[in-house]
Amino acid sequence: MSTPLLQVHHLRKHFPIRGGILQRVVNSVKAVDDVSFEVAQGTVVGLVGESGSGKTTVGRTVLRLESATDGQVRFDGADVMALGASELRAYRKRMQIIFQDPYASLNPREKIRDILTHPLRLHRIGHPSEQDDRAVALLEKVGLSRDHLDRFPHEFSGGQRQRIGIARALAVEPEFIVADEPVSALDVSIQAQVINLLEDLKTDLDLTMLFIAHDLGVVEHICDRVIVMYLGRVMEIGSAADLYTNPRHPYTRALLSAVPVPDPSKRKKRVVLKGDIPSPIDPPSGCVFRTRCPMAQPDCASIVPELRPVGEGHASACILTS
Amino acid sequence: MRRAAVMQNAAPRETPLLEVRDLQTTFDLNARVSIRAVDGVSFEVHAGETLAIVGESGSGKSVTSLSIMGLLPKDVGRISGGSIKLMGREISRLSDREMREIRGKDIGMIFQEPMTSLNPVHTVGQQIAETVIRHEAVPRATARQRAVDMLDLVGIPEPQRRVDNYPHEMSGGMRQRAMIAMALACEPRILIADEPTTALDVTIQAQMLELMQELQQTLGMAIVFITHDLGVVAEVADRVVVMYAAQVVETAGVMDIFGQPRMPYTAGLMNSIPRLGASRHKVRLRAIPGTVPALTSLPNGCRFHPRCAFATPSCSAETPALEDAGAGHMIRCARWRELSLVEKAAS
Repeated sequence: MSTPLLQVHHLRKHFPIRGGILQRVVNSVKAVDDVSFEVAQGTVVGLVGESGSGKTTVGRTVLRLESATDGQVRFDGADVMALGASELRAYRKRMQIIFQDPYASLNPREKIRDILTHPLRLHRIGHPSEQDDRAVALLEKVGLSRDHLDRFPHEFSGGQRQRIGIARALAVEPEFIVADEPVSALDVSIQAQVINLLEDLKTDLDLTMLFIAHDLGVVEHICDRVIVMYLGRVMEIGSAADLYTNPRHPYTRALLSAVPVPDPSKRKKRVVLKGDIPSPIDPPSGCVFRTRCPMAQPDCASIVPELRPVGEGHASACILTS
Repeated sequence: MRRAAVMQNAAPRETPLLEVRDLQTTFDLNARVSIRAVDGVSFEVHAGETLAIVGESGSGKSVTSLSIMGLLPKDVGRISGGSIKLMGREISRLSDREMREIRGKDIGMIFQEPMTSLNPVHTVGQQIAETVIRHEAVPRATARQRAVDMLDLVGIPEPQRRVDNYPHEMSGGMRQRAMIAMALACEPRILIADEPTTALDVTIQAQMLELMQELQQTLGMAIVFITHDLGVVAEVADRVVVMYAAQVVETAGVMDIFGQPRMPYTAGLMNSIPRLGASRHKVRLRAIPGTVPALTSLPNGCRFHPRCAFATPSCSAETPALEDAGAGHMIRCARWRELSLVEKAAS
């Protein structure tokens, strides 16, 4: 078995909170706390969780858009956190990101031609005379056409803008893409178009993806493996098929149970979690989920549960599921 | 169980709590350009019933609710036709002062973002009490006690203490509950909920849906639930109105609309959502091609025809009417009699 394309070991990201007149660090937001996972070449790994789970921070740290507080990120064997400026540029050419908001992620004053050829110039890809042709090829790849080259972002619908965002990410022919909630701002009928597009591109271009989303249906549809996060920690990790049919962690179970099913003949009694998600500034001791867990035991307040295998490639961080 | 009760009531139809007939709402974009954001919308809502209005952006679902509540943006939006009857009384032409009497008393409202209804400079208790005093002329102490009772009813712990909290002192989920408490303080007959759970995490959404259903049983109110989320519709609705490009394109009971969608757009929406558990078969999603048309450049004929897999040349020439297919199932499609969409939608 070959080395996974992306390896994340014991990743931590704490954002300092400053206070007082001296702006001393008085506390920190524990956005990501001891997260480890791997993404094998050619697969799509989903990162799911609610607000404050740290899923977006993991994605940004992997791309070194944020520095890590601790831990290691290896891409194709290289330590991403140790890269110098020129190495980082080469590495950025291999990894790209697609953002959630297609309205905020495109410069409103740039024509589509410039948006798509910018990364080519930056990474000195192709001769300037070929760059227009490349831009057209990218547009066609995402279902747009040459006619769109000289238009501005505001002339496009949300779905079309997301296609442009995807085309821009693909311009430098990356191997790995972090897709951060790429369809959650889109209307239902458009969301399906973009999901299908991402699946086609993944197959055609042999892409590897980290797919960050809160919509569990979308994640199940597109991902091979799924990581469930809560308050900066991994609760459960497994193949999409295992995790959805046989969730082992009480949080995963509650999360799946909370999703409204579009079938009125299957209205169900849910596991409704009490209370709100605690603040990541002051997460609960022991297991971070224990304050809302329907199965919590006294031990849960003192023991930080480790991810333990519960099946083939399936692990859960709960003292009750070993 | 709730559905069974509604069915029984359905036989001798009493006057609907809310009856919207051929509603037209126009927005004047500038001196020359006007768009019709709501174009001939009709529906009714009965006591104890939950009606869901579903649609994508630009479908007119939110403008419909703003029209009912008299909250259209001044000087831009106006009701240009049709009628809105609340318990038999025409309310579409009332003054602002008269509408303020109705809002909060007969019609409660909740929105996606609780801070649009909560005032940050007053405590939650003051705000709820204020609503009660405005509509019921009770002493301040009584109103305050009502605020405590309402916070308790919506499941806020320690209501005696929380009643003196400012909105920013509450968590997001608690604020959502406080907003519901305020909307229901005068026991309105109708609650209009415009995307009330869209900004929430799924575990908090589940709490809110459960709460709204409990309160509906306790207080017997009707709910108009505006949402784009078909999963939420399937969980809460008795009847469903599907809107597309400012018009109603299909209306039916919730079982019919999910089990037998008969307008191609509705069936297309059902097909395009990834369902939990469905990917084990790894089927490709059946997306609806194209985009929702802008209200400034609507296609001729059926507004859905450029995206419709079943369109014929006549669909671009003739505008289909909303037709009654029996048993309260209304369909806007020239071909509804011949099309069978059930198989496509069921997989």
